[in-house]
Amino acid sequence: MEQFTGKVWVLGDDIDTDIIIPTDYLALPTVEDMKQYGFSPLRPELAGQIQEGDIIVAGKNFGCGSSREQAPEIIKALKVKCVIAKSFARIFFRNSINNGLLLIENDQIQNLVKEGDTLTVTMGESIDYKGKSYPIQPLPQNLMDIINAGGLVKAMQKRNGILEED
Amino acid sequence: MGLTLIEKIIAKNIGVASVKPGQIVTVGVDRVMIHDIFIPFVAEKFEEMGFTKIWDPDKVVLIYDHLVPTSAVEDVRHFKIGDAFASKYGLSHVHRSDGICHQLMTEAGYAKPGNIVFGTDSHTTTYGCVGCFSSGIGYTEMASILGTGELWIRVPETIKVVIDGQLPANVSAKDVILTLIGDLRADGATYKVIEMSGSTVDAMSVASRMTISNMAIEAGAKACLFRPDQKTCDYSHVDLQDVDWLYADEDADYDEVMIYNAEDLEPVCACPSQVDNIHPVAELEGTELDQVFIGSCTNGRLEDLEVAAAILKGKKVAVKTIITPASRKIYLDAIKSGAIATLAEAGCIITHPGCGLCCGRAGGILSDGEKVLATNNRNFLGRMGTSKVGIYLGSPATAATSAIEGRITLPLLCCR
Repeated sequence: MEQFTGKVWVLGDDIDTDIIIPTDYLALPTVEDMKQYGFSPLRPELAGQIQEGDIIVAGKNFGCGSSREQAPEIIKALKVKCVIAKSFARIFFRNSINNGLLLIENDQIQNLVKEGDTLTVTMGESIDYKGKSYPIQPLPQNLMDIINAGGLVKAMQKRNGILEED
Repeated sequence: MGLTLIEKIIAKNIGVASVKPGQIVTVGVDRVMIHDIFIPFVAEKFEEMGFTKIWDPDKVVLIYDHLVPTSAVEDVRHFKIGDAFASKYGLSHVHRSDGICHQLMTEAGYAKPGNIVFGTDSHTTTYGCVGCFSSGIGYTEMASILGTGELWIRVPETIKVVIDGQLPANVSAKDVILTLIGDLRADGATYKVIEMSGSTVDAMSVASRMTISNMAIEAGAKACLFRPDQKTCDYSHVDLQDVDWLYADEDADYDEVMIYNAEDLEPVCACPSQVDNIHPVAELEGTELDQVFIGSCTNGRLEDLEVAAAILKGKKVAVKTIITPASRKIYLDAIKSGAIATLAEAGCIITHPGCGLCCGRAGGILSDGEKVLATNNRNFLGRMGTSKVGIYLGSPATAATSAIEGRITLPLLCCR
């Protein structure tokens, strides 16, 4: 089972897509151009501080607001390994799966972890933090199929015969 | 066990007698809407996926609204890519300056009762006002629908909202949905559908129902449905007997039932910077404003402009007041009704239909320390300018009354 360890950034409840990437920057040509503005209305310095493999821990309703897919794309472009939240907004959840950004629903660790701590995730099994283990639910099979294909674009490429089945 | 509205629509779509919440099904899509902000990304993903033709070009609607008219030179790129994509794949439903996507989808008859429609915008929930299951998706999923005509969905649970009685004279559909969002909170309907019912809802115009379905996403809802009635059929140009299957069964299973007496409701505002931060206007009276905004896909319809005109007739606004009709048709209707002239005489700035100010791109964006009372659907941090702007969301009546005083003021009448 895949396992990874990462440094934690802590955010609150209802982190909306206008916070993750404000509309002003959506007409920039690429997500690479946009990513420096990630989370800027709330924490302008955060995008510059996040490092590859870091983990975002947030409260309820993460990703609420607009349908902009740049929201999960920016989090992925900042090389965040996964977002752990009490709950996710519906469109953000679908967009993240389709782009291969890993989301984990868990409501037990938010009051325990502090920014800068590290925690370990074992996929489909648990979050381990300071010697204690917190169980997590596996995703439904149809979503795992998309993730295992490498995202929805690759799943469609396989369907259309321009990418060979593994 | 009977079926809710959403269960009826999904079951009919996939050709089965019944579906249950939690089931994952693949539905056929009746129509899709793509707007100017996301068309470059949809086009890129579509070709990257290896598709060479669109499943049914007649079912695709491309609407330019967020960037119309342009406010930055880079915006032009979106129109060029959209036009090229439409021409390459034979799309004929392209609206280049006719209004805001969510108004046009029902107004032009693209989204009808009983349909399943997806759009690249979260406020796609709007078309539930005519009993259409409509929801927002991202551009990658949109690209896959363009190629396949299908989408997987999880059959959602339904929250039934019942409102009976007559609303007080100064309470509108906007106050109803803001109150509901305050009670549900921003995530209270996540993954779920809101089904609106009761004599208050039955008495509402389609335009007012549209204000409610438009904002249901602010409680996280996947859709917000109204049973079609004669008013719906007149608006959507369908026969009542063709939609008589679309009602919730008496013994349908609801996740939750919320009951309101219309007489108990009062004018409210969503205060900075969350849509579920709801307070009575009476408590906010006197809050100094720098700007008022009446318009958008939430409250830019003829009845909204007419109530604003009725309140502002013969008066002068004390702060910058920006009016944005939701579509060209509404703009023209409001010219014919005299509402536009009244608003202009009162000192309002009338803009072309579009998303500009609501999404913070153009046409009245604000700066640090300023406060705006607006009729649109979001007051998130930085939504209409800098992150230090205070955005209050309220009804057109509250907005127009407050514009005269230059501070938040309780309205006396409303739009019914």
